[in-house]
Amino acid sequence: MSALADVTSLLRGETQADRVVPRSGQAAKLTLAVSGAMAFLAVFALALSLAAGRLADRWSQALAQSSTIRLSAPAQELDIQTWAVLILLQQTPGVESARALSDEEQRALLEPWFGHDLPVDDLPVPRLIEVIETPEGYDATGLRQRLAAEAPGAVLDDHTRWRAPLVAAADRLRLLGWLSLGLILASTGAMITLAAQAALASNEQVIRVMRLVGAQDAYIARAFVRRFTRRALTGAAAGAALGMLAVALLPRAADEGAFLTGLGFQGAGWLVPLAIPVLAAIVAFWATRIAAFRTLRGLR
Amino acid sequence: MPFVIDMRDAAFGYGSEPILSALSLRLAPGSFHFLTGPSGAGKTTFLKLCYAELVATAGGVAIFGENAARLDRDGIALTRQRIGVVHQDCEFLDHLSIRDNIALPLTVTGRDTPGQDSNLDELIAWVGLTARAHARPPELSGGERQRAALARAIIMDPDLILADEPTGNVDWDMSLRLLQLLCELNRMGKTVLIATHDMALIRSAKAQVQARVLRLAGGRISAAGADL
Repeated sequence: MSALADVTSLLRGETQADRVVPRSGQAAKLTLAVSGAMAFLAVFALALSLAAGRLADRWSQALAQSSTIRLSAPAQELDIQTWAVLILLQQTPGVESARALSDEEQRALLEPWFGHDLPVDDLPVPRLIEVIETPEGYDATGLRQRLAAEAPGAVLDDHTRWRAPLVAAADRLRLLGWLSLGLILASTGAMITLAAQAALASNEQVIRVMRLVGAQDAYIARAFVRRFTRRALTGAAAGAALGMLAVALLPRAADEGAFLTGLGFQGAGWLVPLAIPVLAAIVAFWATRIAAFRTLRGLR
Repeated sequence: MPFVIDMRDAAFGYGSEPILSALSLRLAPGSFHFLTGPSGAGKTTFLKLCYAELVATAGGVAIFGENAARLDRDGIALTRQRIGVVHQDCEFLDHLSIRDNIALPLTVTGRDTPGQDSNLDELIAWVGLTARAHARPPELSGGERQRAALARAIIMDPDLILADEPTGNVDWDMSLRLLQLLCELNRMGKTVLIATHDMALIRSAKAQVQARVLRLAGGRISAAGADL
């Protein structure tokens, strides 16, 4: 009998056949509880993974299209060199726009470290020029050489140096999220296998009688598979619902909130956790089916 | 038509010590046999060879013409659907009613259609359990359990009925009633093999059916004197 027949039977339901195998209280409770708890954790792993993915994409996209030129020069030459750099940038292929940050903007950047009374005018703070690239980008090596000729104090920072580790870290976090999800599903499968084996062992006499009167393995296995799949689905649906509620109740994202307040689902992302109960049911289906056939092979 | 059971020099044992050996026997369709022998002679083991719960360790056992050793698990199940087995301890599912237990072979083979209900009720009435149909197995007396086990054994209209000490736990009147039911089934064309050490029961069958008596002793089978 194929797995397809088992799925059909699962969807159709065979109440008469279900009654043949007595309900085993402990295994049922264990399956429900494990599925529920694992689904709850899976929602968080999923939220972490999706949030890390968004963060990686944001850092990757936002910073990839911009760069900064830091210009250090004597105070009397600063405006002239700034002007020269801006002209040079206007003529550079791959540069969409460039502008020098105002004193207020530079003060705002330094405020977290030096406070709001920072006398920018009195300090030898380098001038920052923000460069926005075209999608094609510019030739960084060529631009550095031309800057060295036109404004020796100018240093091009295309963010590559510190952007790459950040994106890599976010990507790694995303991977860990998916890995956690995989481990949760594997653990669910292992626990359900144990519960199914316990149920099969405690029903050995029932199985023996069923075999004696002519039941085929597929029929006996189906009675257990149906039961454990439904329990896993029910438990995981409840756990996923609670997990989604908990995620929804997390504090809202704020500019200052950094990563943690962004941990959640956005838009269509709320549909993704709905797959968790289905995945749990699929895992339970196969775990129970394999356990059942393995146990039945040991009985004549 | 192949023999229902065809044993050729079959043997069975756990480990190196054989329990049964040199078993050669053929059960023709529609025949009636008693298997006698002292307790521990291997009557139950012999019956298990007949419904493929055990596989001969030497020689061959063919059930309905099929070599039992070569049957796969589905093959064993399909073969058992043609065999009704009455155990001494009956082996019911205690969480089901007697009616559901009797219908179990129909349920597990997907033949429990609504149209079968009247046949099931007739069968329950035939074994005299209509009033007890909704009771659970532990609530039944020994005789009622044996009759229920017999009803379950024949619900699938099997070709072969194997009964292991079917009268072991019942009084004499009930023993005769059960024997009468088995003889009726034989007259319907069923092959019947009853394992029993109750010689009085065997003698009382004389008037009802033409039976062959087999004796199992020392691990070997032999004809026990004249057939009935």
